[in-house]
Amino acid sequence: MTKNLTSLGKGEGGRVNSIEAGRYATKRLYEMGLNTGALIKIIKNDSGPVIISLNGNKVALGRGLAQKVILEV
Amino acid sequence: MKNGTIALVGNPNSGKTSFFNALTGSNQHVGNWPGVTVEKKEGKFIYQEKEYDVVDLPGIYSLGAFSEDEVVARDYILTGDPDVIINIIDAGNIERNLYLTTQLLEMKKKLVIALNMVDEAEKRKIKFDLEELSKHLGAPVIPTVAHKGIGVGEIMEAAINAIGDKTSIENPLIYSGVVKHHIEHMEEILKNNNLPYPIEWTAIKIVEGDLNILKKLEEVNVDKKIIKDIKEYYKYHTSDSFELEIVDSRYAFAHKVAEHSVIRPLEEVITLTDKIDRILTNKYLGIPAFAIIMLVVFQLTFAIGEKLLGSFAASSIEGLGRLLEIFLIKIKAPGWLVSFIIDGVINGVGAIIEFVPLITVLYLLLGFLEDSGYMARAAYVWDDLMRRFGLQGKAFISMIIGFGCNVPGIMSTRTMDSKKDRMITMLITPFMSCGAKLPIYSVFIAAFFSKHGGLVLFSLYAFGILVALIMAKLLNKTLFKGDSSYFIMELPPYRIPTATNVIRNMWDNVSGFIKKAGTIIFLVIIIMWMLAVLPASVEPYSQYSILGTIGTFLAPIFRPAGFGTWQESVALFAGIPAKEAVVGTLGMLYAGQYVEEGVILVNAIRQHFTPLTALSYMIMVLLYTPCAATLGIVAKETRSTKWPLVMAIYTFAIGWFVAVIVYQIGSLLGFS
Ligand SMILES: Nc1nc2c(ncn2[C@@H]2O[C@H](COP(=O)(O)OP(=O)(O)OP(=O)(O)O)[C@@H](O)[C@H]2O)c(=O)[nH]1
Ligand SMILES: [Mg+2]
Repeated sequence: MTKNLTSLGKGEGGRVNSIEAGRYATKRLYEMGLNTGALIKIIKNDSGPVIISLNGNKVALGRGLAQKVILEV
Repeated sequence: MKNGTIALVGNPNSGKTSFFNALTGSNQHVGNWPGVTVEKKEGKFIYQEKEYDVVDLPGIYSLGAFSEDEVVARDYILTGDPDVIINIIDAGNIERNLYLTTQLLEMKKKLVIALNMVDEAEKRKIKFDLEELSKHLGAPVIPTVAHKGIGVGEIMEAAINAIGDKTSIENPLIYSGVVKHHIEHMEEILKNNNLPYPIEWTAIKIVEGDLNILKKLEEVNVDKKIIKDIKEYYKYHTSDSFELEIVDSRYAFAHKVAEHSVIRPLEEVITLTDKIDRILTNKYLGIPAFAIIMLVVFQLTFAIGEKLLGSFAASSIEGLGRLLEIFLIKIKAPGWLVSFIIDGVINGVGAIIEFVPLITVLYLLLGFLEDSGYMARAAYVWDDLMRRFGLQGKAFISMIIGFGCNVPGIMSTRTMDSKKDRMITMLITPFMSCGAKLPIYSVFIAAFFSKHGGLVLFSLYAFGILVALIMAKLLNKTLFKGDSSYFIMELPPYRIPTATNVIRNMWDNVSGFIKKAGTIIFLVIIIMWMLAVLPASVEPYSQYSILGTIGTFLAPIFRPAGFGTWQESVALFAGIPAKEAVVGTLGMLYAGQYVEEGVILVNAIRQHFTPLTALSYMIMVLLYTPCAATLGIVAKETRSTKWPLVMAIYTFAIGWFVAVIVYQIGSLLGFS
């Protein structure tokens, strides 16, 4: 099943399925490690940007952008 | 003699500048957030009596550059032709760092790999098989702790050995399937030509859809036919056809390397960072925490800088002034010389030097914040609010840097991907009150609000942020329409600021302040002094002097804001070359008048201002035209003369307008 990043709660996670943002934002995210299959864990998702963990390293993503990151959960 | 150039390349915040400083003995700015270095820096390293050039670059995640700072790094790697690259890798984030490494290997660059921050990786119980890592990458790998200088010597030895090494570099990453087919097809198009880069890499970049490479090929005048063929190719396969697949392939390689050489604990170790973040990035506590941190900064600046050290500095300068005066009179120095030295140098420039303790404390505290890891969190907690004003969280980092000095604040906007965000942020940064304005506030605070110094200062800074946000919104609605761009920000682990980093950053600013006092401010004060005592036929420092005439002409402009004396008007203009000159000029013009009575500047201010006019004057200073250096950097960054001009005029108008409103409303309410 696929879900976007913002619909997941703290502690949940999944693997990146696709990113449906514009070309540059998508490539940027891919190059920062949110490429196909990357394992992502939600650290914080209440208000403001979403904080995720990639191998224990934290990255904050604006909500609008996070909505476009689709995970396989 | 040129022995070789060594470039430092790596992800943002991986420790490149720490490394650079350790190697070259330079004092470049280090901070714990991604995007500290935004320009190329060069230094020298001497090894066995031979000199090598070392180049520090902005951090990059890949060779496809999105923002100005990344363009600087990318262009250097492509065209600067370093003899060897030291690739600095954050050991705690190896896959993402190796993503860049794979691209350097594709370019067939000679690499030496610094596995940096191994101290932190160890705390997180991450282990490495260095030999395996080195084998997969085909380059030496050496563990380092850059900010402590550990491993730096070994790295340099390896780098210098590599310069002489003639063995060719193998690209260990092999693409497969359709992508491979396309790369081979492109190599076919490119072959037998004089390319500026390795053919295989060029082919990969074209298939990847990096349009910049096409531009570079056009620039170096390769065969027209190739360009035509490439354009033809893009007709059938849009430039983004294989973009993401290529990223995935590189990551697959990075993962494979990591799998063979990195052992991670089964459970992530919960670090102190996680615990601190629970408070500082909390939904409800985030912004209040920011406000408290800033309040503490200003309270401490005042308590330590002003109360404890400031009065000592002030009395020493006054004491020195008195001794000098006695001495000058004793040796029967001419009257003009005594006037120049006492009024101009001591009351003018000396008035500024008195504030060295104050700004020292401010810069120590800001440096502490910068090296702690909090900057990225500030960007995070402000993103939501900034968005409502048409900007994004990253802009807030530039704004905080602007609190120290607007010039690096404006330069730091280079890290923004969106041109629109960048322009707006540049235009609002002057409302962030910089360290050079601190002396001005502190004189007025000492005269009228000494009980609540820290609080008044904090309120002024907060007011500056408010005006900046409102202006951002206005600019967004008028000149720079469009949505604010996406926010992506790494949150590095909190680090205990190292004394060397904090002191280095402080010294950089404070020595600049002292240097300015001795050069540009000195010059401004001399000019002001001459204008104030000439023509010789009139009473010096009177409104009949040249300066007085100019001031009397200008004064009516400021009368609606309540501070209409000629001295106060010229002081504001004297502040445009450098802000400190406002205090210097007031010191010379006001204290000069009272020098016989021995009244110091603060008392003079008390006689010429009321609490209300002091407030409107401080607000004018807070908002009006930034210093020449700031306007200069805006000209450089925007490559235009239009924007600095716009900035100079609109900030002046806003400063005047707000000062008038404050004074008029204050008067209506019965304040004086
Ligand atoms: N624990 C630890 N901290 C380090 C090490 N090397 C650097 N740091 C810290 O990491 C932070 C970033 O260091 P910089 O040298 O500014 O990194 P940079 O790669 O130049 O960063 P950008 O210019 O932003 O790309 C600073 O707070 C350093 O003190 C290390 O080996 N171990
Ligand atoms: Mg740096």
